[in-house]
Formats: sequence, C-alpha cells, structure tokens
Amino acid sequence: MTVQFQVNRETVELDVPGARRLLDVLREDLGLTGTKEGCGEGECGACTVLLDGQVVDSCLVPICQVDGHAVTTVEGLGLDRGLGRPSPERRAVVDDLDPLQLAFLEAGGAQCGICTPGMLLAGRAFLASGAAPTDEAIREAIAGNLCRCTGYTKIIEAIALGASRQATTEAGRA
Amino acid sequence: MIEPPVVSPDRLADAYALLAESSHRPIAGGTDVLVQMTAGSGPPPERLLDLWRLDELRGIDLDHDALSFGALTTYTAIRRSSVCRDLLPALVEAAATIGAAQIQNRGTLGGNIANASPAGDMLPVLLATDASIVVGSVRGERTIPAAEFWTGYRATALASDELVVRIRIPLVADRQVRFRKVGTRRAHAISKVVLALSWVSPSLEGPWQAVRLGLGSVAERPIRASATEAVLEGQPPISDTADRAFVSLAAEIKPIDDVRSTADYRRAVAARVLHRLIRDAGGW
Repeated sequence: MTVQFQVNRETVELDVPGARRLLDVLREDLGLTGTKEGCGEGECGACTVLLDGQVVDSCLVPICQVDGHAVTTVEGLGLDRGLGRPSPERRAVVDDLDPLQLAFLEAGGAQCGICTPGMLLAGRAFLASGAAPTDEAIREAIAGNLCRCTGYTKIIEAIALGASRQATTEAGRA
Repeated sequence: MIEPPVVSPDRLADAYALLAESSHRPIAGGTDVLVQMTAGSGPPPERLLDLWRLDELRGIDLDHDALSFGALTTYTAIRRSSVCRDLLPALVEAAATIGAAQIQNRGTLGGNIANASPAGDMLPVLLATDASIVVGSVRGERTIPAAEFWTGYRATALASDELVVRIRIPLVADRQVRFRKVGTRRAHAISKVVLALSWVSPSLEGPWQAVRLGLGSVAERPIRASATEAVLEGQPPISDTADRAFVSLAAEIKPIDDVRSTADYRRAVAARVLHRLIRDAGGW
C-alpha cells in the first residue's frame, strides 16, 4: 500500500506492505538507524518514537496505522535549534542537539547507548507534557524503557536537568 | 517477519462486510497482534483487518446509568478521562498497571477483551462490574455479559465475523470496586494474580450485597469466584468474614504453575489479597 506521513517534519511517501512495522520502515526503508530494536515485543522501549507527540514502541505499530500521521525519531530532536539538518557538507555540532540531549551529555545519562534514543524520546514527551518533574513522575515516564547499564539514576538526573532548563527558558520568555 | 496483506476500512459497515466475506485477523493498537506475529506464536494471520481508522469505535460516554466505551478506547484515554476517574476509579487503576506509556497509548479495551488472555488486566474489573460487551457484524449487534464472554483458553463467544464494538459498564449507587494486580514489578509485568472485587453497601460497616469477585491468571480464562461471592454475600466486612472468604477462595481457584508463578503462590496470594481488601474496607 502507499502510505504518506511525516518523519521529523519531512513528508515521505512509500509503497510498502501495510503490516510492516514502523521500526522496519524507519531503519530499512528510510535509513534512520537511530531507532534501535531491542526485544521486538514491546517490553524494552529501545524502539520508542513519538507518533503525533505520544510515545509508542515502533516495533508494535504497523505502518498502515501511521498513514497521515507524524513521527519524530531521535534524528529529529534538535530541529528546533534552527540550524537545519546536518549533511555531509555540514557535520552535526553540539549546537544541533536538543537541550535534553545536552542534559544527557552533561549528566552522563548514557553508557552503551542502545536505550538512549528511546530514553530521549520518552524524556522529550515527558517534558512536553508539562508534568512536574518529580523523581516519581520521571520514573513513571521512563518505566517502559529498560537500561541495563546506568541503574537509571543519571538518566533521571538528566531528564530533571532538562526540565529545569526548560522551566528557566520558559520563565525567560514570559 | 511475515507481512500479511492488510485492509484499513474507514467505516464500521465496511469492516463488517470484509469480515463476512473472508476471515481476517482484526488488529486494533497492535500491542498483542504484532507481538504474536513477530514471535511467530501460532499460525500467521492470512489477512489483517486494521480497525484503527474506525472513529465510530472511539470515545467514552456517560448515559444516565452506565459508562460506555468504544472498543478502540486506549488505556491512556481511560486514565485521562475525568468521568472515569470520578465514577469508576478501579478501571483507571487497572489501565495504569498495563505495560507503560508506550503500551497504554496504543492498547485498547476492546483489544484486551478480544485477545482473551487469562492474564488480561482489565477483564476482572469487567467481571466485577457486570459489564456487557456489545459485538457487531453484518447481522447486527448483540450484547454478551462479561461473565459469558470468555469461554475457554483464549476462546470467546465472538463469531468469526464479529467485532467487539462497545463495552457498557452499569453504574450502581453505593457500589464499591477494588482492583489489585500482583506482578514482578510495577510496569510491564504480566500478572501473577489480578483481582477485582465489588459490592454494594450504603455504609462502611454494613453488610455487603451484590458481591462480585473477578480474577485473572488463576484459571484458563478470566473467572468469577462465585462460591466465594456467596460466602461474602450479606456479610459485613469483619474479621470472621475475611477469614472465611480467605479459606473459600484458596479452595475455589485451581491455578497452575507456569513461567510467571506457581500454583501455590497464586492460591495463597489471591486469598491474602482478598483478605486484605476486606480488612481495608472494614477499617480494622
């Protein structure tokens, strides 16, 4: 079937089997390998992306259900910075990163990295929800994302740091 | 990974017509169907019927004496519904125990019902609240009481051309509903035991009427523990009642050993949870 949807604000149109997993379309058909496959059964959250701003496991979403919708992957974080997309001519720099990615760097919120894209998107959705960034609320927001390295503490600190920066930025704008 | 052909109708009538024509595996949010396809558990579906565009099957409505849920109502929609939080908080609690946000954003009440897992976490609540499941096909709609819907291991009263379309939960004055799930961790645990208890009583200490006890993960399908309900019926929530209900439930259920738990643990914990709920209700 022909499906048309947005990925990181660009419209794509593809002719693919409707039952193909969003995860496979992203990685195999679109070459967006930032999204990782962990368990393939909705337990680990490594393949988390945003679908219309909500976290989903892309291994459990058939592409027919993405037609007409908008997907954000880890490659789409940082587009708000206004630098445009990195390319072979303009390599990505620190300024391309979303503030939450910078917070993960500073807090040491990544080790092996396979959970990181999913953690970032779960964190992004949490910050966008406007919920108070208590330890309990952050833990619930990432309850669907497993990390086998960090023990979660630094990831939670990174999301809390991202939230405090967001609050400062919003206060500056007001 | 097998990618069967899929058809995505926009109208419920078209979905019924497709099901009447040939067998399709319905798919709602995909949180069970895609897991089964990826794992290769069971024969792969020949064709998929994608229900996701059927907006007729969305929404939570309050009519004067019942809450009505479209089959595609997600767990997130239940958690966010103020009418649910006010009138049926036990259903909101149950929705919050399923998976985590990624699953709750996609998984649906109708999917939990049709998937018919003995561990389906919403199902004991539907049993304890006398819910009705409205199913439809080209032949029209019919209503099946929750207590008659799950007929065996992953078997339901649905005909092959029927879809779950709505769930109706009657609202009863002075009814209390309690939910408790026991799993390995808070998020993403498949239940070892899941239990919902309801009763009607105008006062905290008074005798219980219309007692309903729904359980999951203790039999080949979600069940009502009718012998234990009879033990509780007409009794006040005192220590003696709780002790008798404990003994009754431990004798009534016949759970099995499996990868998640043991029969002994399940029997003991189900009875303990029930005892605790009665104690909490009685405030002693």
